[in-house]
Amino acid sequence: MSTSVEIETDEDCAISLDSLTMLYPTKSGVPVRALDDVSLKVRDGEFLSIVGPSGCGKSTLLRIIMGLSRQTSGHVRFGATSSTHHNQLGMVFQQPLLLPWRTVLKNLMVSPDLHGKRDDNTRARATELLRMLGLEEFAGRYPNELSGGMQQRVGIGRALMHDPRILLMDEPFGALDAMTRDQMGLDLLDIWDHDRKTVLFVTHSIPEAVLLADRVVVMTPRPGRLADVVDVPLPRPRRLENINTPEFGEVVMRIRKLLDSEHSAH
Amino acid sequence: MSAHTASGRDRRSASTAAAAPPADPETATIDVPPRQRRRLPGAVYSTAVFAGLLLAWQLAVKVFDVSEILVPTPLAVGRSLVDGFQDGILVTHAIVTLEEVVYGFGLAVGSALLSAVLITQFRPVERVLFPLLVLTQTIPKVAMAPLLIVWFGIGTTSKVLTVALIAFFPLLINSVLGFRSAPHDQVEMLRSFGASRLQVLRYLRIPSALPHIFAGLEVAVILAVTGAVVAEFVGSSEGLGYLIQASNFTLDVARTFAVIVVLSAIGMLLHAIVVHLGKWLVFWTESPTTSGIES
Repeated sequence: MSTSVEIETDEDCAISLDSLTMLYPTKSGVPVRALDDVSLKVRDGEFLSIVGPSGCGKSTLLRIIMGLSRQTSGHVRFGATSSTHHNQLGMVFQQPLLLPWRTVLKNLMVSPDLHGKRDDNTRARATELLRMLGLEEFAGRYPNELSGGMQQRVGIGRALMHDPRILLMDEPFGALDAMTRDQMGLDLLDIWDHDRKTVLFVTHSIPEAVLLADRVVVMTPRPGRLADVVDVPLPRPRRLENINTPEFGEVVMRIRKLLDSEHSAH
Repeated sequence: MSAHTASGRDRRSASTAAAAPPADPETATIDVPPRQRRRLPGAVYSTAVFAGLLLAWQLAVKVFDVSEILVPTPLAVGRSLVDGFQDGILVTHAIVTLEEVVYGFGLAVGSALLSAVLITQFRPVERVLFPLLVLTQTIPKVAMAPLLIVWFGIGTTSKVLTVALIAFFPLLINSVLGFRSAPHDQVEMLRSFGASRLQVLRYLRIPSALPHIFAGLEVAVILAVTGAVVAEFVGSSEGLGYLIQASNFTLDVARTFAVIVVLSAIGMLLHAIVVHLGKWLVFWTESPTTSGIES
């Protein structure tokens, strides 16, 4: 029944980006190339970080995958088909973006509410997620009673409610202080370890990207291009101590050099 | 303990500010250094000042022997109030005016909210309707009262429509502002969960609009009372506006004052209902109803 003519039915491939290009019109008439011919295959169940300076199009990339923006040219494919349902994707934004008039529990229930699934199973799942995120005592609280880190945990829980196959995270810890940030990253790994969803994690922190990911996509700005994809050969489970190992330092240096060389080339 | 004191103080100073604006700088200076020592001030002081003013008024009328026809004493006003309530004349007319205000206000709220939703949700409606509405806003609404009486007669309908007309615009402007106030990234968040436009409206735009809507309601509810009185001035056979004119005609100035007291009591009551309803519904922001008053 599938209308897709795509022959490439790669089972291991969760998302396949095929020369994505995104142009933004400007007042001067010369369009900005936010993304320029980006091709990438994301493996099923992999934790993929995307790093790059601001303006390299990494957020645009996520927005296109999520369907919030439409690319100028190129294709996005999920597994075998080119189309996907919202219920296969979950997105975590830089800000928690909780609804202030809903309690923590009701914020998790946003997507079930939208799709008319207010049954006991969903409620149980919400409670289970809150427990996993260490927020069970806060189920009845309102967002303005929570710290920034806790709010972002709720944001992550909300994205996980419908059990998506793919989790898109757009600098989710960018607004948090450094210590909360490290802890949130490790907690995220614990959650990820449960069922190994495919994660696309956008960040501008190289150590964070390396600590969390299987592979790191390095992007460079103006135009937004994919410079390289760097493998992270660190064992799992990852701990904060990993940061002090020479292997970690090597990967970080490689990425830094990639960004620097691109920078000096301009 | 300290939190409790602070919130109690806030509530008190807020109510004083609403009741007697001139007392405001005074409370401000008291508030600064010793937070614990003077706990009573606000309401107590403003009540004292109010009582003092009444006393000064009473004395001034007596000492300077002002004619009762020009300015009655507060005691005379009080007597007239009591008489008016005893023979029921104030009550019956107050009920008429209150009904006009409530129906007119309800009509204004309904039509303003509906228009605001249409304007913010449909571009063509906005393009055509909004400029027209803003343009008609420049018409002094009370000037329409005589026309409405010609069209709809001397009865309640013309009063209700005047009230609705006068209360409509501040409500509309604030509601439009409110429905547009939802942050764009919140809209995208909902869209990422597959929310339809109607769901974005229901889950996000309407709750986001509530603080602005209540700011509009606070302004509109006072205007509604004004509208009813003006419409009754223009032509009526009952209501507090009619009673003011009738009392003036018979030079019963004490009764005119008594009616004004009843009118302001109605205004305060309705305003308080709106404010409390707002605080109860818009519980997630600190001060729900201050943002849109200027507009």
